[in-house]
Amino acid sequence: MYDIIIIGAGVIGCAAARELSKYNAKTLVIEKSEDVCTGTSKANSAIVHSGYDAKNGTLKARFNVEGNRMMDKVCRELDVPFKRIGSLTVCTDESRIGELDALKERGEKNGVEGLRILDRDELLEIEPHIGDGVVAALYAPTAGIICPFKLTVAYAENAAVNGVEFLFDTAVGKVYAENGIWHVVTENAEYTAAAVVNAAGVYSDVFHNMVSDEKLNIVPRKGEYILLDRAAEGYVKHTVFQLPTKFGKGVLVTPTVHGNTIVGPTAVDVNEKESTSTTAAGIESVIAKASLSIKDLPTRQVITSFAGLRAHGDRHDFVVGEAADAPGFFDCAAIESPGLSAAPAIGIFIAEQIKNKLQLSEKEDFIAQRKDILNPNKLTIEERNELIRREPAYGTIVCRCESVTEGEILDAIRRPVGARSLDGVKRRTRAGMGRCQAGFCSPKVMEILRRELDIDLTEVTKSGGDSYIVNARTKDGE
Amino acid sequence: MKQVDIVIVGGGPAGLAAAVAAYDSGAENILILERDEQLGGILNQCIHNGFGLHTFKEELTGPEYADRFIQQVNEREIPYLLNTMVMDISPDRIVTAMNREDGMFQLEAKAVVLAMGCREKPRGALNIPGYRPAGIFSAGTAQRLVNIEGYMPGKEVVVLGSGDIGLIMARRMTLEGAKVKLVAELMPYSGGLKRNIVQCLDDFGIPLRLSHTVIDIEGKEHITAVTIAEVGADRKPIPGTEERYTCDTLLLSCGLIPENELSTAAGVELSPVTNGPVVNESLETNIPGVFACGNVLHVHDLVDYVSEEAAKAGQTAAKYARGEVTESAGKEIRMKAESGVRYTVPSTIHPDRVDDKLTVRFRVGDVYKDSYVSVYFDDERVQHKKKRIIAPGEMEQIVLTKKQLEEYPDLQTITVKIEAM
Repeated sequence: MYDIIIIGAGVIGCAAARELSKYNAKTLVIEKSEDVCTGTSKANSAIVHSGYDAKNGTLKARFNVEGNRMMDKVCRELDVPFKRIGSLTVCTDESRIGELDALKERGEKNGVEGLRILDRDELLEIEPHIGDGVVAALYAPTAGIICPFKLTVAYAENAAVNGVEFLFDTAVGKVYAENGIWHVVTENAEYTAAAVVNAAGVYSDVFHNMVSDEKLNIVPRKGEYILLDRAAEGYVKHTVFQLPTKFGKGVLVTPTVHGNTIVGPTAVDVNEKESTSTTAAGIESVIAKASLSIKDLPTRQVITSFAGLRAHGDRHDFVVGEAADAPGFFDCAAIESPGLSAAPAIGIFIAEQIKNKLQLSEKEDFIAQRKDILNPNKLTIEERNELIRREPAYGTIVCRCESVTEGEILDAIRRPVGARSLDGVKRRTRAGMGRCQAGFCSPKVMEILRRELDIDLTEVTKSGGDSYIVNARTKDGE
Repeated sequence: MKQVDIVIVGGGPAGLAAAVAAYDSGAENILILERDEQLGGILNQCIHNGFGLHTFKEELTGPEYADRFIQQVNEREIPYLLNTMVMDISPDRIVTAMNREDGMFQLEAKAVVLAMGCREKPRGALNIPGYRPAGIFSAGTAQRLVNIEGYMPGKEVVVLGSGDIGLIMARRMTLEGAKVKLVAELMPYSGGLKRNIVQCLDDFGIPLRLSHTVIDIEGKEHITAVTIAEVGADRKPIPGTEERYTCDTLLLSCGLIPENELSTAAGVELSPVTNGPVVNESLETNIPGVFACGNVLHVHDLVDYVSEEAAKAGQTAAKYARGEVTESAGKEIRMKAESGVRYTVPSTIHPDRVDDKLTVRFRVGDVYKDSYVSVYFDDERVQHKKKRIIAPGEMEQIVLTKKQLEEYPDLQTITVKIEAM
């Protein structure tokens, strides 16, 4: 019997797990994939919104602004890269500048600080490649960029260090309550708990609807993106949004904390909850729309494209808190944008609610700090050599594009909630994230995974499940 | 800081040939830095034959070809470091490198030879729509898995792109018992050598579908099928021509990109056409004392030409390290690529530095039949050579002589172009 079972190891589930690990409770996170951060949390804009966009009085507005304010502290404690670079929402139509004022007013009501309207001259000073048609922009200095993989992994690691258990490759089939006890049924087992947190992303309606009569419908909304090589670093300095036009919602262009440039997303509602395929039309439209806000974007530098699904709910707001007709069942449902920005606030809110419900006491030995995988590129030559003397694996570069050493990869695998696949290693270390897209390093990372996990090379996967990379020996190899 | 006359970045075919030639030109203090665990570079995984026909007048496998040069390096006792990654090259030729044994260290080089080779264009850079499952490999990655690690990626294969590695792997996978269903090529011509199309596809009955591309990838965890379609002159898919092929492996052989991140950091100017350094007749970049050769300079078709080119870079690097390469008298002839010729290597020529002969290498941007390769010295046509076929997949060359250049003391521009009959 657990005190709490969390369904889903995305950024919300992991944030809740970490905040709950401050209390004396037995907590289990159940995840259908082989790793944390494999759904919506891994494929998004990697930004922290300021909070002007959500309608006044919504949960989106509240948790966005709160989450934004908490982000510095969380990222300091958990050693996650986060930069407050500010956002610009650009307007390309003189007659619509009034809409920027309306957004500013909305933002101020939401509690967003420092919002300002910039004219074209002011814009050019801080964002030199702004599109020729841009006349003004709403500047939000509190907006930022973050690594969503590292935030999610950091939450999970810190939760695990503080006693939370994780169960991967396990899909939850059924959730029900009996005599005040929650039962969570998986393919092979049935787990019980006093409280359940529904943080199942695009599937959160499925679990909600199992236990509540107030039905919820989530339509996955696909967003396609392209990612530019670090060679284009510095071309864009802020997160640049567009005011929606008659041609639809615009796309954003933003630097990432790792020096890449991200462009997207599209917004297309899809029927299927795993429909993360990209389309030619989607990629084309992303590139075409981006040219409205940023001119001559070096789209020749594309190193990959990807699609993510946002859990868009029919209530058009986050659904967070205890379900009214299912005591002990706590929703973190319909978390679409700005979910990543809101994650720290949602995590704390849910943990508080459950603490009160289950009368949990605070842990005296809670460990709040977590150190990220060491990045040797940040060391001096002397420090680096000291490290290599101690741990020679830090002297071997495995991923040449991103300069990732074997030492970092070993750390990623050996940590709590460690990497078990190529993608798991990639999200934690960036090995394979660069311009050659794992062409050179994947055989090497496969070999390290084989050795560390003591498995056959045919059992090494890209992302768990059936995603094997090789499936048989060659004739000579047999 | 340790001083080295010539640091050679990369121990593949280019680096090895450069090292040997530099030594034979009198350089002694040479150091080869190789990131892999053995010398030979990509040749080690090219276990097929067809290497060395020009250089050794015999047909060798890739590892055999590499071994000839490794032996020459060993005979000369040229030092090298393995498992050593060069992290940075500064404009004043301070080379920062790292390995497990020595940690991170710096070398002060009199001359640097860039010989880092190239990488394959990944799926992401090709903007192929669809899912992103396992089972999609650049052809060279699959080649490494099959030939070095001894593992097969799958049994039902589709190849996109008809670059040489893709063609070679189509045959290799077939020989290992896989079914290669087709090779699709976006362009109306192949990017690979004619002989590879004959020996790797035709001989095994593997269809080559020109003007075709992959427009969808199915499979969420592992690839299960692709859809290919014919493309029009605009290279956009033509609706109604879609065909679906089930497969568990998609190999990509859609072009190679010289790997010049270190060069860029050193301030080396790159050509937007080749993505390799802009070099003069001595294969010297805009940074004095920094030379480039092999696939880091421009992507070659045959390794024999890499060796030849690299030897030249090694020789001039040796001269430079000895202080014998003086500032040129100032006269610099520009090379111009026109009408079908995409680029030339070198881009500039100092006639006073040319030996007896100078080989100029280039590639064309389309297939030309029964055409002439013409060379103009300013407005005067000085070479006019008929070729039955000139194709993008094959590197072409012209040879200029010192004598010829001396006959034109006021020469400013040499133009290489393709002319019709």
